[in-house]
Amino acid sequence: MTDLLGSYIPIAIFIGISLVIGLALLVAPFAVAFKAPDSEKLSAYECGFNAFDDARMKFDIRFYLVSILFIIFDLEVAFLFPWAVAFKGMGWFGFWSMMVFLGVLTVGFIYEWKKGALEWE
Amino acid sequence: MGLQTLFFYLFAFIAVASAFMVVSARNPVYSVLFLILTFFNAAGLFLLTGAEFLAMILLVVYIGAVAVLFLFVVMMLDVDFAQMRAGVLEYAPIGALVGLILAAELIIVVAGSVFSPEIAKTVPMPIPALSQRTNTAALGDVIYTHYIYFFQIAGLVLFVAMIGAIVLTLRHRPNIKRQNISQQVGRTPETAVQVVKVRPGQGL
Repeated sequence: MTDLLGSYIPIAIFIGISLVIGLALLVAPFAVAFKAPDSEKLSAYECGFNAFDDARMKFDIRFYLVSILFIIFDLEVAFLFPWAVAFKGMGWFGFWSMMVFLGVLTVGFIYEWKKGALEWE
Repeated sequence: MGLQTLFFYLFAFIAVASAFMVVSARNPVYSVLFLILTFFNAAGLFLLTGAEFLAMILLVVYIGAVAVLFLFVVMMLDVDFAQMRAGVLEYAPIGALVGLILAAELIIVVAGSVFSPEIAKTVPMPIPALSQRTNTAALGDVIYTHYIYFFQIAGLVLFVAMIGAIVLTLRHRPNIKRQNISQQVGRTPETAVQVVKVRPGQGL
């Protein structure tokens, strides 16, 4: 238990260092930077022309479809990790159990492909 | 032990504080960002209890995917948030009730051995010691064989989610010309070029 947590101490140290650097870079401009704001400097920069609209606008539902399909395959891969780690002592039953799982999702994948959900038009 | 306790209180405090910020932040995008912070600290708490795999899955799936999806939904909803905020206090009693029920359920689960000592003795799959088997391997030992029905049901749930998302949101726009690469590559000079003899003085 302590061995496991001990192996994560470098990560905690890295998070601490990055926190310090990030905060320093955020706070330092308030203290040392020269400030002369005007309305042009403070306005949103949109590739050289004036901003048309609020950034919080509706966008296409297809982005949502792409991300939800990504999440499903992300979860599928999450199931593969313990399977791969414990594969040695699992036997054929565990192997075919995973193959059926993958087969079901492959059917879904073929449906998705044939329906054209992966294409952008 | 001291360091472990310190980190526990650090993660727990930040998790509770950022969970509070999720409901109280004015800008919904900030709410989602605080939700990501809450998930991150929950992953830290999982790690402290030795559930290494769950902690990493929380990072990959919840922070990497679900939080991004939430951000999408928040940005897609074009609603008046000031108007939504107005009803917050009205719904506070219902929220408190749900929170209370959840807290009671958690207490029953965690302290179940107090209520019913028999249950504590019949743990179906005791977790092996961390020195014998790593957390991920211990999960892998039972999920795919002992708990195969739940595993396959999880697969079917993912399948239904996939089909459902496609059926609900996929709309093909008509009159869109797509690139057909095999047709492009399959073109020969015979099909691509037409030679027309034009006699002098006459048009086509």
